[in-house]
Amino acid sequence: MKHIKTLTSATLKQTAAHGGCGECQTSCQSACKTSCTVANQKCEHNK
Amino acid sequence: MIHRYSKNGLNFLLDVNSGSVHVLDDISYEVAGLIDENMSENCPENIVNELSQYNADDVKAAYAELLELKKAGQLFADDDYIDVSRYIPTDAPVKALCLHVAHDCNLRCKYCFASTGDFGKGRKIMPFEVAKKAIDFVIERSKGRKNIELDFFGGEPLMAWDTVTKTVDYARSREAETGKKFRFTITTNGLLLDSDKIDYINENMDNVVLSLDGRESVNDEFRKTVNGGGCYDIIVPKFKELVDKRGDKDYYARGTFTAKNLDFAEDVVHIADAGFPSLSVEPVSADDGCGYELTEEQLPTIFAEYDRLAEIMLERRKNGKKFTFFHFMVDLNQGPCVVKRLRGCGAGYEYVAITPDGDIYPCHQFVGKDEFKQGNVLDGTFNLDIAHQFAGMNIYTREKCKECWAKFYCSGGCSAANYNSNADMNIPYELGCKMERKRLECAIYLKAMEQMEEEL
Repeated sequence: MKHIKTLTSATLKQTAAHGGCGECQTSCQSACKTSCTVANQKCEHNK
Repeated sequence: MIHRYSKNGLNFLLDVNSGSVHVLDDISYEVAGLIDENMSENCPENIVNELSQYNADDVKAAYAELLELKKAGQLFADDDYIDVSRYIPTDAPVKALCLHVAHDCNLRCKYCFASTGDFGKGRKIMPFEVAKKAIDFVIERSKGRKNIELDFFGGEPLMAWDTVTKTVDYARSREAETGKKFRFTITTNGLLLDSDKIDYINENMDNVVLSLDGRESVNDEFRKTVNGGGCYDIIVPKFKELVDKRGDKDYYARGTFTAKNLDFAEDVVHIADAGFPSLSVEPVSADDGCGYELTEEQLPTIFAEYDRLAEIMLERRKNGKKFTFFHFMVDLNQGPCVVKRLRGCGAGYEYVAITPDGDIYPCHQFVGKDEFKQGNVLDGTFNLDIAHQFAGMNIYTREKCKECWAKFYCSGGCSAANYNSNADMNIPYELGCKMERKRLECAIYLKAMEQMEEEL
């Protein structure tokens, strides 16, 4: 494409099928303890 | 749903439901502002006319590219693939504990949400017997989940060192028999660290959170010893020793900023330069009128500071002095699945806090709020109604979240913050949301810059 550069293409939909195993880290435990950013967490399967 | 924003000459287009992120040139960015999900095959004349400053063929070409994204499911994607009801967990599979081994503290931080450590319930140390029951509780409740997290928290957990070490030993002793894997974290103010404790922590804790607010004057303004002195000079050398010996294992230096240091980027840089390049500095949770609370009026200053911090980080990256700021981290490709993004932190059903008396609360922020007490590990009670109330909340049950572009990044925010500001866990803490959205815009910008620099 000339006008658009895609940094990341659709990925959320693909994760719906295999997601939800619950093995990943609890987001609030990782560093913050007062606010949530979930999108910076790692998927257990992609570590 | 889409979100458009520009930052430092880069134009971003986020497709919320698919998670796609695109960088646009000026023409396509303007075209994107004039379209909706009902895109026709050909560029409508009104768009060409409205953007008459550009060559008509270029406008049409930009439109065609946007249409291509839409057809590929990367623009105006539907969220019909998300079956929310399927993802609401039942029966509270608790897999993470915030273990309050000490409701006591050897600091008197002015902004402490835990009433200087005792959560308003009296100063106590958790007996090992309570911790042991907590381990039994989480092993049983976690059911099929293998990984269990345990954060030693307080107050100040180093004041309950005997309980900490015995708890680690006990949890480890049950791993083989139960097939569980414990991951330990400890959150400490550092005062009681010594070489033995440092070595133990580095050996046994998967993550360590070290409380440090930044510059000495900033840190010591709020983080006071019992005698009223500052703690910076005591803790920083100990934190240094810990991090220097830690190798590649995770840690975070974690600070709080308040209305008194709205130039908090200086504190972020200070912490990084002090030898802690993995760090987090968070907005304070404070009552209105306390004098250091964050307000709507300060938002432009706070936003500008986040912008400044992003530029500092870019510069640092170029100069080989890179550091990691927790809230500017975002994984655009292999982050958490959409199911996790729907539900967020899991407080009350996947994650609970346990007090020195064995009382169970939805998380550390709810400790002491009697109406949220879920049970006790000593008598084996656990109120599933409260657990299910928490499990039932997600970005689709929170009306304001439904309409927010950031919902899959923040996952509905913090229930405790919502409750504290609105007496309703389903109504977002708006000031926090505004800062979160700003941080996300910065995070995506940094990611884009990083990706583009790598490609050069």
